[in-house]
Amino acid sequence: MTALLEAEAISYRSGGRILVDNVDLSFASGSFNIVIGPNGAGKSTLLRILCGELHPTTGSIRWNGEPLHSIPAWRLAHRRAMMPQASDLNFPFTVFEVASLGVEGTGRGLTREDRQRLALDALEEADVAHLALRNYQSLSGGERQRVHFARVLAQLKAGQSLERQQVLFLDEPIASLDLKHQLSLLQISRRLAQDGLTVVAVLHDLQLACGTADELIVMQAGRLVARGKPDAALTPQRMAEVFGVEFVAPGPASSPWRLVLEGSRRPAPASPTAGSGLADR
Amino acid sequence: MTSVALHAHRMRFGPHPGKPLLLAALAALVLLASFVALGLGATGLPPARVLRIVTDALADSAALGSGDALIILQIRLPRLLLGLLIGAALASSGALMQGLFRNPLADPSLIGVSAGAALAAATTIVLGDALLAPLTGPLPFMALPVGAFAGGLLTTLALYAIATRDGRTSIPTMLLAGVAFGAFSGAIMGLFSYLSDDRQLRDLSFWSLGSLSGATWTKVLTAAPFILPTLLAMPVLARGLNALSLGEAEAFHLGVSVQRVKALTIMLVAVAVGASVAATGMIGFVGIMVPHVLRLMAGADHRMLLPASALLGAALLVAADTVARTVVAPAELPIGILTAAIGAPFFLWLLLRRPGGLGR
Repeated sequence: MTALLEAEAISYRSGGRILVDNVDLSFASGSFNIVIGPNGAGKSTLLRILCGELHPTTGSIRWNGEPLHSIPAWRLAHRRAMMPQASDLNFPFTVFEVASLGVEGTGRGLTREDRQRLALDALEEADVAHLALRNYQSLSGGERQRVHFARVLAQLKAGQSLERQQVLFLDEPIASLDLKHQLSLLQISRRLAQDGLTVVAVLHDLQLACGTADELIVMQAGRLVARGKPDAALTPQRMAEVFGVEFVAPGPASSPWRLVLEGSRRPAPASPTAGSGLADR
Repeated sequence: MTSVALHAHRMRFGPHPGKPLLLAALAALVLLASFVALGLGATGLPPARVLRIVTDALADSAALGSGDALIILQIRLPRLLLGLLIGAALASSGALMQGLFRNPLADPSLIGVSAGAALAAATTIVLGDALLAPLTGPLPFMALPVGAFAGGLLTTLALYAIATRDGRTSIPTMLLAGVAFGAFSGAIMGLFSYLSDDRQLRDLSFWSLGSLSGATWTKVLTAAPFILPTLLAMPVLARGLNALSLGEAEAFHLGVSVQRVKALTIMLVAVAVGASVAATGMIGFVGIMVPHVLRLMAGADHRMLLPASALLGAALLVAADTVARTVVAPAELPIGILTAAIGAPFFLWLLLRRPGGLGR
């Protein structure tokens, strides 16, 4: 199977610093990929390069063999959507209008009713339809994030009028969400991946990352450190190297990664009280 | 929202269901202001008479019989049309700038066009006689508007060039460069008022307050080709500006050619505002106030905001001009005094009325 999206030896320099350093990556259609790594590892930059927003200083990216930067912006919008970390608005747009921004471009071939239905369906999927007429600026951080999730879902759905093979980029999509909505967002993305959508997400929650990803992409200081199935990509030794934190390997019953907090004794993996699981964040 | 309400919502969507209604109301306001403007003045004319003269003239352009017809067709109508054009240009340019800068406080002065025009106008007023008179004799009457227009446009082009690297225009750089140029231009203007004689000082201060007096068909026909393209391009720019309000990167993700929207918006605003300032001098506050009022009434969607701004700007400027030329008749107030004197308190009242301020 040929890769849908293929990055070859991409590097990105800015202000004398190397943010992404000679990374090779390819993404198969319908795969669910999660990028992990410490702050400043270049995860967001990598996403911004892959989605065509930043031009790599060296290296090339191909989309089904076609050079990414020869694809015009409007066409690219049908092929991929990007959910940013945070996006604030200085104008009083309603939630429905923000979601509609997703379909205004990629839905130009659709009727007005279809566009409105897509936006509303996406709002329902992201569990923010009840806020449709609220001013976006009055929402909480988590609600805003869900509205943007609806926006990118609507964009991709509308884009299917032109492109079947699509990629969804998510940059820390669950950072401000409560647990229920974290799981819901990942489940929706997961389900879309089963239907053929390629997902590339940056996540900080290792437990959720291991639980949902087909493939983990581990970044450190701009370099690709590991790539593969979660249990292969994340060995305790690599975790310690990359995150600078001591971990206890998962037990046989695949209990979650356990973090060893300073001052505490290394807990037995099964003990429910000792240490602090990442899941308790 | 219950599922029933949601369903109803689906049926006739539009977060602001009154949008077409608002546009119709604004268009009616423009018509009303126009009729009042044509009827009021040293010679008061009832609306029926005004309508009769205008329809007669449209039917047969040679019918310029009565003195009333002359007043309407040669004095008030060109002045009305110039007011409509410039009001629409200033207000929609304000809305375009606010969308481009993603800032509700932006106005066309940020791209240097007003400051450049003002500087060129001041140069023409104060140094024009000394520099140009030896070449041309008495200064040609078009020197001031042509100079102001060229000055505004050249300044915007220079700021655009400063802010553009590798084919990408940095909007924050443009803003900062605009602020710097504004300060520079202010300093030179101060120097000119220091150097100028009494007549020049008076010209300078009148120009900086703006006026629609001296409107002629020539002025209308000269300004129109520079202003109409901006008004006509608004529907094209609306989608891009909507997407841009999320941020430049987000707009690109949504498929907008960000650089094209930026370049087009900046140039169209520079041309329209440059032509407006050249024709009437500086008229403040319309560009910043009108879009704000409309955002409160109709939301932030540029597809609505831009045409609505053009309509409300046109109506307001014509109304303000009608007051300016009747309230101290036979003299005239500079219109910039009125727009700011009435606009600013109204704006403050709006701010006080909304607990969250205009930002939300």
